[in-house]
Amino acid sequence: MGNEYRIALAGNPNTGKSTLFNALTGLRQHTGNWAGKTVSLAQGNVQHKGKTFQLFDLPGTYSLFSNSTDEEVARNYIVFDKPDVTLVVLDATSMERNFNLALQVLEMTRNVVICINLIDEADKQGIVINERLLTNRLGVPVIKISARNKKGFPMLLDTIDRILTGAIECNPVQTTYPVEIEEQIKKIEPKVSELIGSHLSARWVSLRLLDGDETLLEELSKRFVQEGE
Amino acid sequence: MDVSKMIKLVNGEKGNFIRITSLNLDGVMRRRLLDLGFVVGAIVEVIRKSPLGDPIAFRVSQTTIALRKEESSKIEGELLLNGE
Repeated sequence: MGNEYRIALAGNPNTGKSTLFNALTGLRQHTGNWAGKTVSLAQGNVQHKGKTFQLFDLPGTYSLFSNSTDEEVARNYIVFDKPDVTLVVLDATSMERNFNLALQVLEMTRNVVICINLIDEADKQGIVINERLLTNRLGVPVIKISARNKKGFPMLLDTIDRILTGAIECNPVQTTYPVEIEEQIKKIEPKVSELIGSHLSARWVSLRLLDGDETLLEELSKRFVQEGE
Repeated sequence: MDVSKMIKLVNGEKGNFIRITSLNLDGVMRRRLLDLGFVVGAIVEVIRKSPLGDPIAFRVSQTTIALRKEESSKIEGELLLNGE
């Protein structure tokens, strides 16, 4: 089955991930509005141009670092299970808050599409979003959609398709940190890279090590022991 | 606007606008607050206080978030009198 691809949906709570998921897959996963609603990973398929996209709806989070279970589930999926493409769903009406998560995902993985959802709501509020400018600055496709009204879906599916075929290459922008942090990254990144190979982003793992993120260390040793067996 | 002064978020009164200048927290809680939008330079509005003054609800990047005294006493900012 060479044409099945895994697509993960990440985003802040209440940005419409589940609405998008349901609209695309035709499933009716229950969408309510309370914290931690999406507990396990819901999964559904979409057919597009002879390919099967397996969509995974990740729990809604504001971050992927603060160590709650939801965040860990979402982070581990993106980092270790490596979906072919990760869709980051943003709320068009509060971009500033949502970009925090988007930048974190761009640091972790390469093939990312930024979906700006609730675009009709933003229109109503007079918010104008320049997706071309964002695409240039972020180095990955930025698509405006309305999951509720199924607007922008052909464009979204085509973009995913073109990433998979290599027609679009993603070069996600990397956050630059203050000089002292960058210096430390430079010191440990080659060693990290030696240990983990090209499987994960060495820069990202280095940053987490500098953070003192022990849950990641545990996860790493768990995964690498499994693979080594 | 001329007379600005430093206060802790916990001492803010309803309607105050405070521009954050420092977070004196570490680890996971610091990370979490940063993720929620309590970053240096952000302007926070004091929305309401609970009867005993703890917790306090703040608006930060278009979201209302309530913090306990434990956290809000560790965040400092500049009181903007006109709210900007």
